[in-house]
Amino acid sequence: MKHVLGDKRAIAILLGPALLVYTAVMLVPVLWSLGYTVFEGNTIIGFTFVGFDNFTRLAGDPKVWDAVLFTLKYALVVTVGQVFIGYLMSLLYVFVLKKSSNIVRTLVFFPVVLPTVAVALLFQKLFEVAPQTGVVNSIINSFGGESVDWFGSGANAFLVIAIMDIWRSIGFYGVLLYAGIVEIPEDTLESARLDGATGWGLVRHIVLPLSLPVLLSAVIFSINGTLKVFDTIIALTNGGPGNATSPLTLYMFQTSFSYGEYGYGSTIALLLTIVCLLVTVFIFRSSRRDLTKA
Amino acid sequence: MTTSTLAEHAERTVPPLSPSGRRRLGSRRPGRIRAKLAKIPLNLAVVFILVITVYPLIWLLLSSFKTNDEFVNGSVFALPETLNWQNYIDAWTTGNMGQYLSNSVLAVFPALALIILLGTAAGFALEVMVWKGRNGVLLAFLVGIMVPGQMILLPLFTVYFQTGLSGSLWPLIITYTGIGLPLTTFMMATFFRSIPREVFEASTLDGASIIRSFFTIGFPMVRNGIFTIALVQFFFIWNDLLIALTFTNSSALRTIQVGLLNFTGEYGATQYGPLFAAICINVFGTLVIYLALNQRVMKGLTAGSVKG
Repeated sequence: MKHVLGDKRAIAILLGPALLVYTAVMLVPVLWSLGYTVFEGNTIIGFTFVGFDNFTRLAGDPKVWDAVLFTLKYALVVTVGQVFIGYLMSLLYVFVLKKSSNIVRTLVFFPVVLPTVAVALLFQKLFEVAPQTGVVNSIINSFGGESVDWFGSGANAFLVIAIMDIWRSIGFYGVLLYAGIVEIPEDTLESARLDGATGWGLVRHIVLPLSLPVLLSAVIFSINGTLKVFDTIIALTNGGPGNATSPLTLYMFQTSFSYGEYGYGSTIALLLTIVCLLVTVFIFRSSRRDLTKA
Repeated sequence: MTTSTLAEHAERTVPPLSPSGRRRLGSRRPGRIRAKLAKIPLNLAVVFILVITVYPLIWLLLSSFKTNDEFVNGSVFALPETLNWQNYIDAWTTGNMGQYLSNSVLAVFPALALIILLGTAAGFALEVMVWKGRNGVLLAFLVGIMVPGQMILLPLFTVYFQTGLSGSLWPLIITYTGIGLPLTTFMMATFFRSIPREVFEASTLDGASIIRSFFTIGFPMVRNGIFTIALVQFFFIWNDLLIALTFTNSSALRTIQVGLLNFTGEYGATQYGPLFAAICINVFGTLVIYLALNQRVMKGLTAGSVKG
């Protein structure tokens, strides 16, 4: 029967179209983009070969390093927030709400499916100062505090961005981690309880070590998403005030499409890709070391 | 957390409802009451979480019915005085949300159909069919999950610009298909793994070609998986901003996300009511799907991430 499942013509018909589209849209452009890094120009004015100029410019461009710093800071804060609060949520689901957690899970998950642009505009209005005092400032006012101009300084804007991205994703990480914790056998938990482990002790010594694999995948997924953050920022602050909340993705986009510098834009995109790879590899390696220790 | 474990044990031993529907007297013992009291802070925490999650959305809906006067003079917490549907009419017509919505539908659903058809076929070829080099091809597909969108923007933009496709929705359909394929192919291969090869071999004994048995047997057997993936991909593509922002060059081609992003700058800056109405229109589609299919959406989205 091997020849039926090994039919070359059938394989070509089934796999061909997908491979063709994938190659044309993903693989070729990635290589092409690498090629752009040694050119300068755009489709309208044409391209000139500049060698490694883009890379030397990249190394000396303070805006790039600001963007890298912002990207890393944002990724670190939001990943820690998403995974940590998500983990607390999953513990709440499993150990406190138990069977009745379904309705809470479903409600808290809801913001995950909302379009980022819609959520960002909603948060702009929630944190607004003028002309309408938004919900957050109204609450601050009712406790006697002064309204805060949330989008007036880089630090405040960063806070709003982080709050929004954590708000919209804790439902996701709650469910993701919940699925990991539920799989811990009830017998294991019961025998730990008989040995006197309760509350945080149970979580620290039994639940946490057993849910490390799912925590790891949550961290990797989160860091990969946050390093590539784009929608949230372009819709919420558009990188402002000034360049205070401008990540690499946004800087790449502006360089390429506002200033028409395709070569330099591609070089920034390459830097972004390398940062993503390095961080993922770093997490993988450091987690493996931890696992062998434990 | 010790209180919660206490409460936990209490809850575990709470007797089930008696046939009459009332709790048995036993639940009134003092220990039970203390356990109930101990649960109050936790219950408050749960309520707090729900309020933080749900209130902004309720506020959004209420605000979409307010008039400009109510925004300027009223409290943000006030309920709208009337159900002012004019905001929705303005957002739909003057704000062009109707046009943007139809653009989104026209770009997303063809792409979704292509992703499912091509991705399932590729998953079948990579998992069920037997040939050399399929692991290499699967690995090539996996690379695509990692690559940031920024890496492919400029070359694709150049191609679409020079071939003149930029004046249509085709760049979106093509790019969405290409970006959706890696995850779809990979997950479909996983679904086909659970079906024994003998099923397909047996069907070909009756004289059907392998391609025919893919469509008549393979496709229906992974129906559930296809449905899940279609949901996941729908949310990814429908909510996409980067691709839609880059490859649409005229306001007539904007998708609903790009349209809403520009709405604030062009029209919504002074028109609060219509802006909130436009956000509601944008949210409405995903809301309906989530209300109807929430369990599958939750499973699908989290499964997609772990595999990716």
